[in-house]
Amino acid sequence: MAKRITIDPITRLEGHGKIEIFLNDNGNVEKAFFQVPELRGFEKFSEGRMAEEMARITPKICGVCPTAHHMASGKALDDLFHVTPPSPAKKIRELINSAFLAEDHTLHFFFLGGPDFIVGPQAPAGERNILGVIQKVGLDAGKKVIDIRKRLRNIITKQGGRVIHPVCNLPGGVSKGVTKEDREEYIQTGKDAVEFARFALKAFEDIVLKNKEYVDIIVGDIYKHKTYYMGLVDEDNKVNFYDGDIRVVDPEGKEFARFKPREYLNHIEEHVEPWSYMKFPYLKDIGWKGFIDGKGSGVYRVAPLARLNVSDGMATPLAQVEYEKMYNILGGKPAHNTLAYHWARLVELLYAAERLLELAQDEEILDPDVRNIPTAVPDEGIGVVEAPRGTLYHHYKTDDNGVITGVNLIVATVNNAASICMSIEKAAKGLIKEGKVSEGLLNMVEMAFRAYDPCLACATHSLPGHMPLEINIRDHEANIIETVRRL
Amino acid sequence: MNEPTIVSFLCNWCSYEGADKAGGARLNYPANIRIVRVMCSGRVDPELVIQALKEGASGVLILGCHPGDCHYKKGNYKALRRAYLLKKTLKQLGIEEERVRLDWVAAGEGERFAEIANEMAETMKNLGPLELS
Amino acid sequence: MAKPKVAFYWNASCGGCEEAVIDLNEDILKVVEAVDIVFWPVALDFKKKDVEAMGDGEIAVSFINGAIRTEEQEEMVKLLRKKSGLIVAFGSCSHLGGIPGLANFWDRETIFTRVYKTVPSTANPNGIVPQQKTNVPEGELTLPEFYDTVKTLDQTIDVDYYLPGCAPPPDLIMNAVTAILEGKLPEKGAVLAPEKSLCDTCPRGEKKPEKLSIKEIKRPYEIIPDPEKCFLEEGIICLGPVTRSGCGERCINANMPCRGCFGPTKEVIDQGAKGLSAIASILGVEDEEKMTEEDTKKLIDQIVDPAGLFYMYSLPSSLLKRKRMA
Ligand code: SF4
Ligand code: SF4
Ligand code: SF4
Ligand code: FES
Repeated sequence: MAKRITIDPITRLEGHGKIEIFLNDNGNVEKAFFQVPELRGFEKFSEGRMAEEMARITPKICGVCPTAHHMASGKALDDLFHVTPPSPAKKIRELINSAFLAEDHTLHFFFLGGPDFIVGPQAPAGERNILGVIQKVGLDAGKKVIDIRKRLRNIITKQGGRVIHPVCNLPGGVSKGVTKEDREEYIQTGKDAVEFARFALKAFEDIVLKNKEYVDIIVGDIYKHKTYYMGLVDEDNKVNFYDGDIRVVDPEGKEFARFKPREYLNHIEEHVEPWSYMKFPYLKDIGWKGFIDGKGSGVYRVAPLARLNVSDGMATPLAQVEYEKMYNILGGKPAHNTLAYHWARLVELLYAAERLLELAQDEEILDPDVRNIPTAVPDEGIGVVEAPRGTLYHHYKTDDNGVITGVNLIVATVNNAASICMSIEKAAKGLIKEGKVSEGLLNMVEMAFRAYDPCLACATHSLPGHMPLEINIRDHEANIIETVRRL
Repeated sequence: MNEPTIVSFLCNWCSYEGADKAGGARLNYPANIRIVRVMCSGRVDPELVIQALKEGASGVLILGCHPGDCHYKKGNYKALRRAYLLKKTLKQLGIEEERVRLDWVAAGEGERFAEIANEMAETMKNLGPLELS
Repeated sequence: MAKPKVAFYWNASCGGCEEAVIDLNEDILKVVEAVDIVFWPVALDFKKKDVEAMGDGEIAVSFINGAIRTEEQEEMVKLLRKKSGLIVAFGSCSHLGGIPGLANFWDRETIFTRVYKTVPSTANPNGIVPQQKTNVPEGELTLPEFYDTVKTLDQTIDVDYYLPGCAPPPDLIMNAVTAILEGKLPEKGAVLAPEKSLCDTCPRGEKKPEKLSIKEIKRPYEIIPDPEKCFLEEGIICLGPVTRSGCGERCINANMPCRGCFGPTKEVIDQGAKGLSAIASILGVEDEEKMTEEDTKKLIDQIVDPAGLFYMYSLPSSLLKRKRMA
């Protein structure tokens, strides 16, 4: 008899993402659905707005990653108005973006995703949180986390006006330069951020890598998907968050495509399902083959591990060392282990910190020439950046007056929509046998999900990773016959 | 059938006088024009106009002194700018521009008042009621 | 004495209002010490049924962010209203409708058509759009109803206080929490922010000339504004005159004009109408007698999206609430 399991993160009524798992007659998993129950429609209501306001409107897609939207929007506007920002402006934007990536990755690792490892995947759920982390790494370290986040966010506030929804990007540059005083502060923050990132990697090594049990989980089959990967790279195929070409590698790590933001429509398409408000992007050349992995499926993944998989290394020295180390231990590139997203995130944290420091130390950042005034007639623009949670596409069209006539957005997390469904299904298949739900299921499914740091705020509003879960196992008449709950 | 209601804001010094003339001269103008006397067309706040539409008016007529004749010197220039910007805004919100009309009527222009009022009533009839939710 | 119970809840929001609470940094510990947080889906594992089990009015105060867009949001806030002594609308979306409220220029169908059918990256030959009920071979899947119109919190339930801003700044959040704890609240319905307009507190306001006149409207990308001068003086539209102060002049500090996220000052019902009125008043004032009607119109036509600009944050809370669909 078919059964249904509903994993309702934050309960059905609150509607911020829902997982439905169906069992077949033998009580094994037939299919899993990850549903996103909300939509806001930015693609439509941005029509009619003044193009330059897009950089102020689109950050409201997500209060967790507003800076990424602000950057993608700024770049789309440059393209739309055919104007190139002066070099100092570009550096200021990248400085802000690096500060943002570093603070966001810190938030995720210490507050949200990391506790699974630092405190331990089998630890009581009540301890798997920031307080548990502080217990494990020490109070001083806990204070460090809060302090560095605060200072990194302060850079965004100073330059962007507000940290939640910055406002500084305009077509052709930024609204504000960097003062001497502030620069001194940014340099110090950059230095401390590098130290902090090294500390985080060290903690990961001591606590996770030296523990065989954890390593086995990371490399285990339950958390493995052989997919394509996508991310921005610079001219040397190094990871870049702000600029470059989009590179796609196949499950064997071979370059599958390398394209400019303007060509994205030749490479990406989105599939619609009637049961979710979220769409499912895939590689156009391969087509939508359903929720399956492998070379024959168009499903690809984005975000930290994907970025490292598509690149030939990191552009900063310390991060490069960590990059090599990671692949040595994981047995080469590409790594398909979903849980290695956490590790990749820390390598990126170090890169972001190093890049931040480089930029802050660059004399040019003080140059007051931060805007070029556009002179061409606006028409169409595409901006792509790497948000913490993946490649982010903004595409605008306007009339001659610069009034928006069409908008398309492919938001970071959405790129991972299909693989999130697949990861959930795979974890469920590994843990539900003959109608028996293993006690570990909740944790394990949650970990699969959390590794992506899915910013459902972009599509719903759940803060990434912190998902109290409840599984109801129902018979075909929807009577609950068992409830498993993680408090 | 119910005639559509038109709220009209008339400035005290010229247009109200004009309307009075029209009344006195027994000129024909529609009964469904509700007259609100204001000191100057420059006092008609866009908020008031929207409120009138919101509360059931099909259209709003704002009448002031001819340019140069405003008793407060420049109130009617301000009224012109506000009305024009308001109409543009309302159009974006699905409300036909014709539903708000600004015009000039001097104290002696009773006929002109009746003519404008009749035109407005005709336009409103063609447009039908606003039916805001 | 038992600590007062507090709930946080979110509707159609971006998560930024939640981040604002996290951004209290050390202060959050003070809050946690003084109150008992009984419901906060983003951070704590309490469920709807825990709320249902509470007595009416048992929660001292619920802070609710986000606009109302779906049926389940409406149900949830109604439940919270019943269980709470005080309801505080938290942030622009809840207070005014916010940026997601711009969706009121459209309705469900036009939004679905764009998002799922006509955007250039979507391949959807069968014209599938999300359904409230879908039958898959394994069973039925459901989604909550998506409304045509975005509503503010006070259009859905009775609201006691408002904390404005997108997102509200930490100092105002702390002030509000302190006022609630000490029972020093203003009259019901008050916005928990200063009464003045942003221009009154803006550092550029002092240097503003006695009589402002805009000869030509400039869009923010068209000029590099002098960071000392009032934006209006430079021809850039700034909503400071019709926006409540208290944000710390955040956008102004980044050399960008205000877009009104704090909502209107006390006397104003319709922020957009007031805004367009204020701007229209100062357009070309200097030469108003010399300008023909055509000149005037041409100047005003430089404002290409007045409805979107003046109602950027407040369309759902405006008198008209939404666009009238043909
Ligand atoms: S008010 Fe602003 S920060 Fe708060 S939920 Fe709305 S968009 Fe996000
Ligand atoms: S209009 Fe804007 S810039 Fe000018 S004083 Fe007011 S808030 Fe400041
Ligand atoms: S300046 Fe205006 S838009 Fe910016 S934060 Fe303040 S009130 Fe909001
Ligand atoms: S007094 Fe008649 S328009 Fe000003």
